[in-house]
Amino acid sequence: MKLTLCHRLYVLSLTLFMTSNTLAAETTIAVAANFTKTIEEIGQAFAQDTEHKARFSFGPTGKLFAQISNGAPFDLFFAANEKTPKAAIEKKFAIKDSYFIYAQGALALYSASLPVATQKQTILTHSKIRFISVANPKTAPYGTQAIHYLKKTGLYDTVKPKLVNGESVAHAFQYAITGNAQLGFVALSHLIDPISPAKNKGEYWVIPTSDYEPINQAAVMLKRGENNSAAQAFLNYIQSDKAQAIIKKYGYSIPK
Amino acid sequence: MQIFGAEIDLQPIWLTLEIATITTLILLIIGTPLAWWITRMRSSVKVVLEALIALPLVLPPTVLGFYLLIIMNPNGTLTEFLRWFGFEGQLTFSKTGLIIGSVFYSLPFTVQPLMHAFEAIPQRLLDAAATLRAHALDQFLTIVLPLSQRGFLVAATLTFAHTVGEFGVVLMVGGNIPGQTRVVSIDIFDHVENLEYTEAHILSGMMLVFSLFVLMLVYGLNRRFGVKVG
Repeated sequence: MKLTLCHRLYVLSLTLFMTSNTLAAETTIAVAANFTKTIEEIGQAFAQDTEHKARFSFGPTGKLFAQISNGAPFDLFFAANEKTPKAAIEKKFAIKDSYFIYAQGALALYSASLPVATQKQTILTHSKIRFISVANPKTAPYGTQAIHYLKKTGLYDTVKPKLVNGESVAHAFQYAITGNAQLGFVALSHLIDPISPAKNKGEYWVIPTSDYEPINQAAVMLKRGENNSAAQAFLNYIQSDKAQAIIKKYGYSIPK
Repeated sequence: MQIFGAEIDLQPIWLTLEIATITTLILLIIGTPLAWWITRMRSSVKVVLEALIALPLVLPPTVLGFYLLIIMNPNGTLTEFLRWFGFEGQLTFSKTGLIIGSVFYSLPFTVQPLMHAFEAIPQRLLDAAATLRAHALDQFLTIVLPLSQRGFLVAATLTFAHTVGEFGVVLMVGGNIPGQTRVVSIDIFDHVENLEYTEAHILSGMMLVFSLFVLMLVYGLNRRFGVKVG
């Protein structure tokens, strides 16, 4: 049987009408790439525990912001810093009261070949080091704080000629684990991720949090999410014990 | 430098042009014999070689960059190989590494236009030259080169422009070092990431005008001389 275009459109609209009524709401969320694994796991739990569904779009924070400011269909924005969600509020893309810090990142020194776990910060001046990778301090908070740490410990001038920038903290990690940089300032979350390649390669040392400013990752609800019940539900869910446990499992802490 | 009230760092622009120029020269030197060899080839290996050379056209630059990151690391195969010739530095995070990456990345943009130009040369001309006892090199210099001038022009222009526009490979192996690996495309990415849209606009605008100019040049050559591209 041959269906005419009209028939097809009719059937399609009927299907769409039925799905929108029988299924629960769905929300689309922009998420900073470093939080990918964590939020995917939260998303699965969210789908099981509520009748809603969350879809994620991952990318560098600044790129997501550029997409949002050009009308990208996101309901929530989970950034890797505080600055960008604040800019979204200022530009009236986001709802002011929805701003909150959902996770704090921890900084670690990682090396695929050097004994960083035992030598700790003294490894920074190791003679075998040609390059030290760090996330771009201009754009990535992990990079900014790594530089902050180096300045605070007085090592900055010594190691400065050896620093190479990854575009993100994941990128800095990639440089270190492939041995291109002998040492790297990385996110603890990348090291303790259950499927991290660092699980059976190299070693790391967690930098004391007192030596750098908190790496706060903030989230906001975007204007588009205001009337989406799933978006609101997700914001509530991420503050539940279950979600917070997942966040901690991936090496982040939760600000009080 | 101040442009429209925004502070624009010109170093990435000069670096980009430098890398593109060196890459183009290297590729013309490597690509010419390669294209000639493949064009003259009659065996079935030809298909394999043609496919290998076209590979950077279809592979995401990130794939190429990822492999380069591995073969160019301090213990990588390529680094080890160069050590035999006394190379001491590190390939990743250096201008040398970026140029090597660009040579892989832009290879088809040199070899393909050259192959098209070489294929268009009538065999009878070469046969005639051979009966006059011209060596292969003689034939190449006196017949092939002059007849494929425009092919070279297109190859050089496209290679240069394509290298200027490179992003994924540089992102993977560059490390964003001023004067070494911070090229324009990376600089634009950082400006956007940092919400510095004025700077991003100025640099992007410059890239747009440049690319348009180069393409018009290539299509202009095509129209006037009937050179095949791609």
